[in-house]
Amino acid sequence: MPAPAIAIHGAVKRYGEITAVDGLDLEVPAGVCFGLLGPNGAGKSTTMRMLTAQTLPQAGEITVLGYRLPEESKQARMEMGVVPQLDNLDIELTCRQILSVFARLYRVARHERHAAVERALGIANLGPRSDTKVSELSGGMRRRLLVARGLIHQPRLVLLDEPTVGLDPQIRQELWSLIDGLRRTGVTMLMSTHYIEEAERLADIVAVMSAGRVIAQGTPAELIRDHAGERVVEVFGAPARLAEVTELATRRGWSTRRSGPAVAIMRAEVLGDEVPDGMSRPASLEDAFVALTGEEIE
Amino acid sequence: MTGPQISAPTPTPVRRVRRLEPAALAGVMTRDVVLFGRYWKATTFSSVVQPTIYLLAFAAGIGSLVRTVGHVSYLDYIATGVVATAVLFSSAFPGMFNTFVRWRFQRTYDAMLAAPVDVEELVTAEVLWIALRAGVYGLAPILVGIVFGLQPAVGMLLIVPIGFLTGFGFAAFGVLLAAIAKTIDNFNYVTSAVLTPMFLVAGTFFPVSSLPSGIRTVAQFNPLYHCVQLVRDASLGGLHFGDLGHAGVLALFAVAMWRLAIWRLGKRLID
Repeated sequence: MPAPAIAIHGAVKRYGEITAVDGLDLEVPAGVCFGLLGPNGAGKSTTMRMLTAQTLPQAGEITVLGYRLPEESKQARMEMGVVPQLDNLDIELTCRQILSVFARLYRVARHERHAAVERALGIANLGPRSDTKVSELSGGMRRRLLVARGLIHQPRLVLLDEPTVGLDPQIRQELWSLIDGLRRTGVTMLMSTHYIEEAERLADIVAVMSAGRVIAQGTPAELIRDHAGERVVEVFGAPARLAEVTELATRRGWSTRRSGPAVAIMRAEVLGDEVPDGMSRPASLEDAFVALTGEEIE
Repeated sequence: MTGPQISAPTPTPVRRVRRLEPAALAGVMTRDVVLFGRYWKATTFSSVVQPTIYLLAFAAGIGSLVRTVGHVSYLDYIATGVVATAVLFSSAFPGMFNTFVRWRFQRTYDAMLAAPVDVEELVTAEVLWIALRAGVYGLAPILVGIVFGLQPAVGMLLIVPIGFLTGFGFAAFGVLLAAIAKTIDNFNYVTSAVLTPMFLVAGTFFPVSSLPSGIRTVAQFNPLYHCVQLVRDASLGGLHFGDLGHAGVLALFAVAMWRLAIWRLGKRLID
């Protein structure tokens, strides 16, 4: 069993009365794109900040790329790249200037800096805008620059914290292709997200996080199979009909969820003839997610 | 799964990490240098125009009433005094405002701390840069003074290290305040209640000895007073053994503020 890129054991982080991370255990194998999926407030961003030692847990052990945190966090940070959730670019600098500053911060050797900056500009498709000030870039370009900045030193591990939060659908697609391209290079990625589609499309392994801990983990297919079965039947109807269906499901002990104007009954393939008529469709990661967390999300 | 699986991370030889790594300091300062490329004209303009106005106002205005202070001409007295105020303002203000804006509004420090840079390096680099600038720009009032008739002297070159040492302390003082401030408006209290009296009660425009004895004692604790004394002695050919004491106070102030700024900002940046 190769050493994991990230190992978190029993991590706890409290802010006063609030427990953001509550006995978190997480292992990210090397070479995969690992999705951390959870609703807002599940503790994803706190987990991300713990990995760069910008948040220090009150309990637990964290190892990143073989380095123990927080003592060896700086060594770990040399070999990892971070793409933050909130845009923290220097708005007065140009793309090239930002990348040069971070090339230095990441100790890229002097004779390699120029090539590193050009390579990062290429990845983010920002070559033509390399001398444009950040304040004059579009939202999508700024996001791509954030990714490029995190890759300037060719890290072994990349942390992506909600990489497409708040972006237009079209820009989100752009970012997804960028991340997918990165995934093909074999770099280890840990990506937090509260978009199910994002996790489903990009992550090899997904850990579902809720209330500060991981409640399920597996490939998207495994999660669907284990928590939503193979097929789901969606029953549409007037509110009274839906209440009737829900009541029947409760009596029979079926797992259901509200799905827009319908009630979705999971694991329909094993429930036999009693299942009311409705639209049958393959179970999705969203079904599994809702079954696990009890929360409808975007 | 797409693409080739890479093997497990090869055990990397543990890189020894020292405190205050030059590469980290240089990285943080590079950013300052690049930014300086954008605003140096404005900075240079104000560092020349401000002392010019002071010299015109004081030397021409009050200078017509007061010819000398002790055995120093009032022009010489003012020109050297303005050096200290220039150093104070070009270090304390960037310390406060740059830190606050970069940390709270632009989140630049969050980005840098995700890279292999720690709070100690971040604060040290920022303060070093401000101090260097303050040292160099401390020469501006002297150059303006020379235009007005101040006698050039080799000792005036010592203004750079004196300005650097003083600027280091006040820049770190500014960072410390930024780390304590709740909002950027809080700086108004500091400017009016701390910095303004500080630059007046330092022997900049009138000698401390003309003040009531209570305030005279307080002035001894004002780092700027010691800066003024050093600048004056270096520029007007009066350096003596006692100046080591002034330098000592400035060094003590610089080290104390530096450590306090790192400690306090660290508490706010790392939760």
